[in-house]
Amino acid sequence: MNGTAIVWIKELRESLRDRRVLINAFLLGPLLGPLIFLLLMRVVVDRELQRAQQSLPVVVIGAEYAPNLLQALGQSGLQVLPPVDNPEQAVRSQRVDLVLRIAPSFAESWRAGEPAQVDLIYDASRREVGARAQRLHGMLDSYSRRIAAMRMVSRGLSPTLQAPLLISERDQATAQSRGAVLFGVLPYMLVLTAFLGGIFLAIDATAGERERQSLEPLLVNPVPRWQVLAGKLLASATFSFSSVCLSLLAFALAGALLPTERMGVAIDLGPRFVFIVLPVMVPLVLLIAILQTLVAAFARSYREAQTHLGLLQLIPMIPSALLAFLPFKQQLWMYAVPLLSQQLAIMRLLRGEPVTLLQALLSMVSTLLAALLAFQLARRLYDSEQLAVSA
Amino acid sequence: MIEVRDLHKSFGSVQAVDGVSFTAADGQITGLLGPNGAGKTTTLRMLYTLMHPDRGQVLVDGVDAAREPLQVRRSLGVLPDARGLYKRLTARENIGYFAALHGLTPTQAEARIDVLVNTLDMQEFAGRRTEGFSQGQRLKTAIARALVHEPRNIVLDEPTNGLDVLATRNLRQFLRQLRGQGHCVLLSTHIMQEVAALCDRVVIIARGRVVAEGTPQQLREQAGAEQLEEAFMRLIGSDAGELV
Repeated sequence: MNGTAIVWIKELRESLRDRRVLINAFLLGPLLGPLIFLLLMRVVVDRELQRAQQSLPVVVIGAEYAPNLLQALGQSGLQVLPPVDNPEQAVRSQRVDLVLRIAPSFAESWRAGEPAQVDLIYDASRREVGARAQRLHGMLDSYSRRIAAMRMVSRGLSPTLQAPLLISERDQATAQSRGAVLFGVLPYMLVLTAFLGGIFLAIDATAGERERQSLEPLLVNPVPRWQVLAGKLLASATFSFSSVCLSLLAFALAGALLPTERMGVAIDLGPRFVFIVLPVMVPLVLLIAILQTLVAAFARSYREAQTHLGLLQLIPMIPSALLAFLPFKQQLWMYAVPLLSQQLAIMRLLRGEPVTLLQALLSMVSTLLAALLAFQLARRLYDSEQLAVSA
Repeated sequence: MIEVRDLHKSFGSVQAVDGVSFTAADGQITGLLGPNGAGKTTTLRMLYTLMHPDRGQVLVDGVDAAREPLQVRRSLGVLPDARGLYKRLTARENIGYFAALHGLTPTQAEARIDVLVNTLDMQEFAGRRTEGFSQGQRLKTAIARALVHEPRNIVLDEPTNGLDVLATRNLRQFLRQLRGQGHCVLLSTHIMQEVAALCDRVVIIARGRVVAEGTPQQLREQAGAEQLEEAFMRLIGSDAGELV
């Protein structure tokens, strides 16, 4: 048997007995992300759905001046709360959230056909209040338009005069692309999972072996060092890949558990998605395993290696952040950038757009090349005398 | 047989090994004796191809270590100064891992491990994971691991370090047994009694050089001293380092 295979098998066997590795690779890494995501989404979705149906409690001052208005608002879900003194002060001190104040002159202005004043008193810096104020504003708006139209008709004018512009929003977002916005964290989660899955093995290959004084005896065996390194990298990549597979499974489950149709989004995390994402992730998993081993090799101890790798982990956040905050257009060359290309491809799939063979190949080949380059570097490092000698 | 010719090695400005030559013959136990920091471990590391000498040559059974490192490693059984085990593997699995790396088939490995477990008296703990092993149990496992491929030449760096009296006695017994089988045994030590009790030939190293060589008897005569320790002190010079 080849040295690489022997090392690989031994590393797998040893790691499968390490509870810490197992928890990290098969539980925390792949499942925590989808779980948090699922819980978070459920809370958000439930609140959104409830909000639309719920009544809107508002403190109303001067209700007696505009009974018709209040009746109309009541039909849209307004729930009148008793008035308070000094509403501005009450809102500032957060005793009440939202106040509708009807001016005493309301009825007079109304009858004269002049703009009748209502005040909305709220604190926009409080998120949940802002949304409710907006809803009340919308209710008032639509009432205002209705009355305007009626007035124009009664004066023999066409109500269309009121609307010289006809704005019609035709959102081209498909149910799938809306889903992609929702699942936007998934590419990063998958890459992060690949980072976490093999991290312990990657550290163990150099810093770990050195720390427990087993590297020197290991390297005295008649096996070329690069084979030992390759075996350890493969073991790390195996764990990392298993993590990614599990994570995909968990996300598919999360997708199925969310009330996506009620939210008007579609998400396809089924077999088609998996069969494209997995091959795209394989070269990345290799690259990550090698990079982690490289970085860990510079560390003097296990602990130091962990610190270094924590920093390395931030790298995949760069393309994620770019994708999230700078909505730039996808171009072909981006598929030649490892880490970025995988996230782009996953994002495309989530939006229900096809990933072309060229894009997939470009991503895989470029990442493999980067992995090969990193491997040569790691190999050179592994061949150095200092590495072998226990500190 | 191990031949070391004019080895040199420096780390930065420190000349760790400065022209060491000696020969360790088959059927003999050769002791590399020297104070801490004399260059023993570095010499051995070059010998078992972990480090490359700046100058000089290592021949193991006539094979040049610089040209054929893998072949040299195959004919060497090495117990380095670092002898960590894999704590999640049993003693047998630890030994079996090295057996596989030496190219033994699983059947060969099992048979060989059985022999070693018996010889080294490891029956009691061979099937246990090595986490929590005593120093003696660790050492036995490490030795079995080093000898699993039946090497002709055996190199041990400070083998009795950290062992109690009984374990030390057993180890010496075992090394004599290896000598009896015609192996070439080379060990480094800074302990005088070890050399006196065990070695057929002694190579004394100080400050990276060989300062004397011969049987314990010859060394005593050469230095004109009754005791080996005294001879050692005279030969290396009193400023050569601290003796433990």
